[in-house]
Amino acid sequence: VSKGLLDKFGPKRVIDTPITESGFCGLAVGSAFAGLRPVCEFMTWNFAMQAIDQIVNSAAKTHYMSGGNVNCPITFRGPNGAAAGVAAQHSQCFAAWYGSVPGLKVVSPWNSEDAKGLLKAAIRDPNPVVVLENELMYGEHFPMSEAALSKDFVIEIGKAKIEKEGSDITIVAHSRSVGFALEAAHLLEKEGVCKAEVINLRSIRPLDVDTIIKSVKKTNRLVTVEGGWPQYGVGSEICAQIMESEAFDYLDAPVVRVTGADIPTPYAQNLETFAFPDTEVIARVVTRSLNKKIGA
Amino acid sequence: MLSSQKINLAKVAARAFVAPRAVRTFASSAVARNVNFELHNASFEAYKCDVPSLDVDITKDELVKMYQNMVVMRRIEMASDGLYKAKLIRGFCHLCTGQEAVAVGMESALTKEDKIITAYRCHGFTYMRGGSIVSILAELLGRKAGISGGKGGSMHMFTPNFFGGNGIVGAQVPLGAGIAFAQKYLDHKAVTFALYGDGASNQGQVFEAYNMAKLWDLPAVFVCENNRYGMGTAASRSSANTSYFKRGDYIPGVKVNGMDVLAVRQACAYAKEWALAGKGPLLLEMETYRYGGHSMSDPGTTYRTREEIQYMRSNNDPITGLKQRLLEFKVVTEDELKAIDKAARAEVDAAVEEAKASPEPEIETFWTDVYKKEAGIPYLRGREPQEIHHY
Repeated sequence: VSKGLLDKFGPKRVIDTPITESGFCGLAVGSAFAGLRPVCEFMTWNFAMQAIDQIVNSAAKTHYMSGGNVNCPITFRGPNGAAAGVAAQHSQCFAAWYGSVPGLKVVSPWNSEDAKGLLKAAIRDPNPVVVLENELMYGEHFPMSEAALSKDFVIEIGKAKIEKEGSDITIVAHSRSVGFALEAAHLLEKEGVCKAEVINLRSIRPLDVDTIIKSVKKTNRLVTVEGGWPQYGVGSEICAQIMESEAFDYLDAPVVRVTGADIPTPYAQNLETFAFPDTEVIARVVTRSLNKKIGA
Repeated sequence: MLSSQKINLAKVAARAFVAPRAVRTFASSAVARNVNFELHNASFEAYKCDVPSLDVDITKDELVKMYQNMVVMRRIEMASDGLYKAKLIRGFCHLCTGQEAVAVGMESALTKEDKIITAYRCHGFTYMRGGSIVSILAELLGRKAGISGGKGGSMHMFTPNFFGGNGIVGAQVPLGAGIAFAQKYLDHKAVTFALYGDGASNQGQVFEAYNMAKLWDLPAVFVCENNRYGMGTAASRSSANTSYFKRGDYIPGVKVNGMDVLAVRQACAYAKEWALAGKGPLLLEMETYRYGGHSMSDPGTTYRTREEIQYMRSNNDPITGLKQRLLEFKVVTEDELKAIDKAARAEVDAAVEEAKASPEPEIETFWTDVYKKEAGIPYLRGREPQEIHHY
């Protein structure tokens, strides 16, 4: 991701650090306290666990604890979630963990426009922002609009995007899962099963639950999709918020979550296939949900 | 064990209060009077660098100011002790009683452009870095007039050139390296002093900070406040190597008698000059002592003897030490010092009353400063769905 940046911006601004996450993350946070606007890269978010104290206790909480006296305009970024064949220690999704922390903003881009607009918004944001990219998306190409190619293109943090409009069921996803959700939606439409509305969350925190509520009021059914573990995850949070909202009264079926398996990610390819959701799993769950009706 | 401890204490006492070899004063106006001390040569020990000069040149005003600052600081901590016992202060409260020379000596060697960051034993530093007595006490009491609006408490006090006040042991050290990084980046001719205790000295992140500071020649001075006990564990039981000033390995270091405010000042000036000269980081170890426990929850007597504490109070007290010097070399009179003591007590007592009179923070502040006001989020949830705050 940082290819070419050193040539463009020079060694004062683009710095190779030792492989000491706790230290360099703390150093980056301290530099943000002292007036700089750092972008702190983790080679993957798995390694940020070494630095999570600095992200949560130093970056996220200090503005509050200081009564507004100390600022932390830092961006943390790196690849999150599944890669291919990298096994358990290198495949975890951290959206739920960081998404639960007040004081942080958390974004999860899917396509190129997301990646640019959300990262630029994150850097410009005066709060600490966590940017959860995905390694498998780095190699995928997407068309970019003229607007998206402009120098000042930002995407508002906290606003989800309806990638595909539909009427029969809402599918909410973030990051790589958005692609699978769209494939499933197109497949099901082609087969005449349903017209699914696909929402790309873009932001984990703040969560744009209003867009989801509006959609559920229209479609009456909801399936969430994510790559992270099922327990205490993004889908769990969406379910809870829908339950507590007016959208509950519009549901014709219970909300269902599609998630990563509740398993440390295995290495063997045939096993790894069962660890993360794909088009087929989503299509199956959506179809099943369409056949349910509350009270029937 | 105890007898060898006594010998060590005797050495420290000897270092602190052997009479300086010469005092030269200039018979010009009292205000501009310069005093010259020569510190005892056991004040410093150096590792991979020269010792700071033992020759201290300082004005009477600065000396009196240092005395005053230490006395006020002592009073603030004593007041905090009382307020905590009266249950007006809750949670954590880590007092620096006995360690005053470090904060005061350091401040006298720095400017407002220099930055300091430390851990949770921060009230004294907050005061030296511009925090008013009222704002410190009110913060401890959890009141609106508190330096963090009552939202941080004892461990989270900040001023424009002081970055706390940090609750997680060791985390402040990489933060400090980062502040120094920013100073270098912005081409400020200033340094950052990042403090930590003997207890924190073995943290991995401290060494990570050392490494980057050295690699990148950051204007960082790492200061180990060695008060001999990390909470209730003696340094020798926590550290395979208790020569904290040498722990920087490739970073030179100086061990300093941290009970002598002039030695602290001298060492900090030396360190600042070192860092500003582009020589990269330096390590200082301040040998100091706290009379109280680790915090108000710790009596401080289960892991050390009352004899030891009393010995240090009687023979090594930083305030008494400076007082003796000032009197012996006729820099001030006993009456002048008594007046300072009395004024400090009155000032702190008044601040206590003012802090007590400050109301609790407004409920609205529960919701403020989670995010920056101009870039907040639409709403935050309270304890239940109907307890919701829209921004």
